[in-house]
Amino acid sequence: MYLDNSATTQVSEEVFEEMKPFFTEEFGNPSTLYGIGRESKKALDLARQRVADAINAKPEEIIFTSGGSESDNLAIKGITFKLSKKGKHIITTNIEHPAVKNTLGFLESLDFKVTYLPVNEDGIISVEDLKEAITDETILITIMHANNELGTIQPIEEIGQIAREKGIKFHTDAVQSFGKIEVDVEKLNVDLLSLSSHKINGPKGVGALYIKKGTRVVPLIHGGGQEKGIRSGTENVPGIVGFGKACQLAAENLDAHYEKLSSIRDELIEKVLNTIPETYLNGSKEIRLPNLVNFRFKAIEGESLILLLDAKGYQASTGSACSSNTLEASPVLTALGLDPVDVHGSLRISLAPESDTFDVDEFVNVIAESVKRLRQMSPLWNQELDYDNIMCRKHEDNCRKC
Amino acid sequence: MDYSEKVMDHFANPRNCRLMEDANGVGTVGNPTCGDLMTIYIKVNDDEVIEDISFQTFGCGAAIATSSMITEIAVGKTIDEALQISRNDVAEELDGLPPIKMHCSNLAADGLQAAIENYKENNQ
Repeated sequence: MYLDNSATTQVSEEVFEEMKPFFTEEFGNPSTLYGIGRESKKALDLARQRVADAINAKPEEIIFTSGGSESDNLAIKGITFKLSKKGKHIITTNIEHPAVKNTLGFLESLDFKVTYLPVNEDGIISVEDLKEAITDETILITIMHANNELGTIQPIEEIGQIAREKGIKFHTDAVQSFGKIEVDVEKLNVDLLSLSSHKINGPKGVGALYIKKGTRVVPLIHGGGQEKGIRSGTENVPGIVGFGKACQLAAENLDAHYEKLSSIRDELIEKVLNTIPETYLNGSKEIRLPNLVNFRFKAIEGESLILLLDAKGYQASTGSACSSNTLEASPVLTALGLDPVDVHGSLRISLAPESDTFDVDEFVNVIAESVKRLRQMSPLWNQELDYDNIMCRKHEDNCRKC
Repeated sequence: MDYSEKVMDHFANPRNCRLMEDANGVGTVGNPTCGDLMTIYIKVNDDEVIEDISFQTFGCGAAIATSSMITEIAVGKTIDEALQISRNDVAEELDGLPPIKMHCSNLAADGLQAAIENYKENNQ
């Protein structure tokens, strides 16, 4: 049972069928004038309409990209480079996806100033903090819609209202929220919004950036002037066609999926917290996506838990340092103010609407057994440790914490 | 994580994973903040041979597998022989560890050394 749908999703049959002809017989370049090129252009137009419809935008406000990361980069660099004469201050949160966080880190190296708003223990920022952080120099606010690890949702409408009143451009990364909850660019008061295809049963390698009419950005990729000159390069026609179809399906099924997923989510939260001692939910219980939960279990380490669950046929993920390429514990979970030791014991479960065969009781039993087993092995469980006598002989040279 | 079959076997079926009440040497190494903490228990007899050895570990698959493996390597050895066991020996016996884990979770040799030092202190 695949329970890591926040990482990526399976391309749906309908999406795949719609894409197929554009790999083979319909291979034309949409920028050309003869028949086969015009067919590709038509397919692009339809996809653009479908993406726009799904977020209540106009087709001319949609720029296709290679995915969520590129959309974030284009939005943030595109705006800051455009407006750098006006000011050099950007406001964000301390729980952004690396595509935002590291883009801002790069801009800091170019002398832009970035304010990272903290989140409370529910994983949500304070609008008051945001108001206080705004200066005359502020040119961009970039705050994610829903967090990829926690599933918690930020007050985007309200933030957008404030940004609009102050005349500051506002970008949100809606990669995780899109297809799970309503994403309406008019209601959210955003100027720029990032989308990704592979999180909503579309193909990988394609996404979009919504750019509100009248908002101008500097392109990242210069070339033949495709996508109104904002994103040059021959369009990924099959990918875009698939993305368009996935958007259409996501929009059609939004309410039904929400109802189904949130009821499984709530059952899962209740049963896990009631069955397994010393277990907690990370992030707000109410203000969260219908498909995502993040638990933490005392005294165990997440990678071990993932391996045990995988052996039982369940694929999920963790914020433990031991499972990351950088050996750093999740900055998102750390931002909640958790004990660093507890951050290692986290488990993220992200459901798919097609999980019809998902038996919550059976899964909770498997988690409970795995956690129990790891706790029996753990010197942190039910034992008083004399920390002064522990020798830290770990990583003499490359540990950042010890 | 790309673990060898042997690592996965020792992780899934850890040998000698238990608290040892009558140990005469105990060593704990690691740092739970970084995600690994390992306690090695040894019972050393009058001939200075490690008669029994066990572990408890909080950590990733590699941390648990290396703990399990060292109990198999060290049992029956004298403490002087056991002190010669290196991190690399443990990794080799497990048919290798992913490079990122070599430095970070490969703590068992240090845990055993700490337990032997503790035994020596106890028996001075």
